[in-house]
Amino acid sequence: MAELRAYAALAGGQLRSVVSYRASFVVEMVTNLGSTALDVLTVLVLFSTTNAVAGFTLPEAILIAALSSCAFTLADFAVGNIDRLKTYVRAGTMDAVLVRPLSAMGQLLLMDLPFRKLLRLAVSASVLVVALVVNDLDWTPARVALLVVTPVAGAVFFGSIFVLSASLAFWWVDSGDLGSAFTYGGRDFTSYPVPVYSGWFRAVFAYALGFGFVAYQPALALLGRADPLGLPAWAGYVTPLVAVVAAAAAAAMWRAGIRQYRSTGS
Amino acid sequence: MSMIEMRGLRKDFTVRVKAGRLRREKRIVPAVDGVDLTVDGGEMIGYIGPNGAGKSTTLKMLTGILSPSAGTVSVCGLTPVPQRTRLALQIGVVFGQRSQLWWDLPLRESFALLRHIYRVPPAEHAARLTRCRSLLDLDGFLDTPVRQLSLGQRMRGELTAALLHGPRVLFLDEPTIGLDVVSKQAVRSFLAELGARGDVTLVLTTHDLADIERLCRRLVVIDHGRVVHDGTIDALHDRYGSRRRLVVDLESPLPDGFTLPGASVTAVEADRHRVSFALDTVSAGAAVAALMASAPVRDLSLVEPDIEDVVARLYTSVSGGP
Repeated sequence: MAELRAYAALAGGQLRSVVSYRASFVVEMVTNLGSTALDVLTVLVLFSTTNAVAGFTLPEAILIAALSSCAFTLADFAVGNIDRLKTYVRAGTMDAVLVRPLSAMGQLLLMDLPFRKLLRLAVSASVLVVALVVNDLDWTPARVALLVVTPVAGAVFFGSIFVLSASLAFWWVDSGDLGSAFTYGGRDFTSYPVPVYSGWFRAVFAYALGFGFVAYQPALALLGRADPLGLPAWAGYVTPLVAVVAAAAAAAMWRAGIRQYRSTGS
Repeated sequence: MSMIEMRGLRKDFTVRVKAGRLRREKRIVPAVDGVDLTVDGGEMIGYIGPNGAGKSTTLKMLTGILSPSAGTVSVCGLTPVPQRTRLALQIGVVFGQRSQLWWDLPLRESFALLRHIYRVPPAEHAARLTRCRSLLDLDGFLDTPVRQLSLGQRMRGELTAALLHGPRVLFLDEPTIGLDVVSKQAVRSFLAELGARGDVTLVLTTHDLADIERLCRRLVVIDHGRVVHDGTIDALHDRYGSRRRLVVDLESPLPDGFTLPGASVTAVEADRHRVSFALDTVSAGAAVAALMASAPVRDLSLVEPDIEDVVARLYTSVSGGP
């Protein structure tokens, strides 16, 4: 319990720090709002030239994009700043973190909690509400549960991707933007119906890496549509499982990374 | 009771060295090469050595930041890396070059946050803070954001931050680096007062030997990852034959063939009017008496051996050795 208060204090310290630069905080908040709105607008622009993409109508596509956006913005808010790990490793801030009586991961996340990204959550949630209104959904208890669980599980999934890609910095301080291919690239991938992709790219991203389960498969289950690619209906409900696997991989990679840091001191 | 134990402590780093156009060779470099050291509770030790000698690496192994490659280490009865968070509650760490404080917040708020992080009861926290405020004279800048503090003010803040949870061991990595004379004095007298109370064990690395002379009875010198001296500062002087010097100004030039029993002439200056004697075996009092009896003395001064010289000699003798 006392430990929770300690983490809360860290988050509070970060909040007061960012608010001390009031103008820049407001500007950042507004730009963040704009960039999230743009993500959704891209989908609208795509549909302004055609009525259906890969057999999906605009409302259906918006539902997929909204689920993806909710999962991503939630993960980006909570875990996204872990990609600053490389600056911490380089500047030695990591040492200061390791001499405090709290977990290294917890400190890094809360010391840097990006409050400027809070409005993004609101935008994604509103788009999701719109998507639920414009689609004619047949509500069952299972679907209600699915709607609640999907963004959270998707956020765990994206969060794991963030941690995996940030952990590279433990071995390779100049890991640069390689990780972004999977984090921001993954978000873009999940914003569209999987059938728009093809070949090995689809096989790798959608199924091997699991991005297809973040928004596309649950959206099919919510809509009650059969998967044109032939996966059974229960595939829409396995997102939490995929998220747990990703989180386990991320935790293992993080621990190995910390061990590596402690043996090289770099 | 020993507070810190190191037995055969070793840390190897792998560096890649360019060998040929594309090939890079791995080479193992020992940063700490078998250090055995025991520090008792309440001791204040100075841990010194030239750049790259392994001081910071040792400190990082003691604080749980780095795992040793070999050997054992225990601090407050805990093994630093596996018991990192428990150990963190028992130790305070000040890195001269890195901050524990919140850059954008007033100093006061950093202290409040640290109270939660270290789960310190409010009354204890307040008592320690009050003490630090008066001893380190913090009141003038408690409400200033840390980023606007001068280096000296910030360092006083860092010291306070490291002490608010009542650590049993305090590790200081170059705490006076870059400070002006007044701030250095403030930091030193604070640490001296802390050490005098005897409830904190203090390990200090520094390049400023005045820190050591002022604070530490025990001096550990490390070079190339090995302990080359462990003992008092006096023992170091004995070992390297540094002696006190008597510098004498004479009314008339020093007569040829003048000798002072138990002392040797080290320098003759100013047309033989100024002479320096090294006091090999004779006491200062006897040397002065003998001089007054046999030469017209105008002025004299006694010069303590300079620790900087001794340590410089120590570093070069070790580095130049086999």
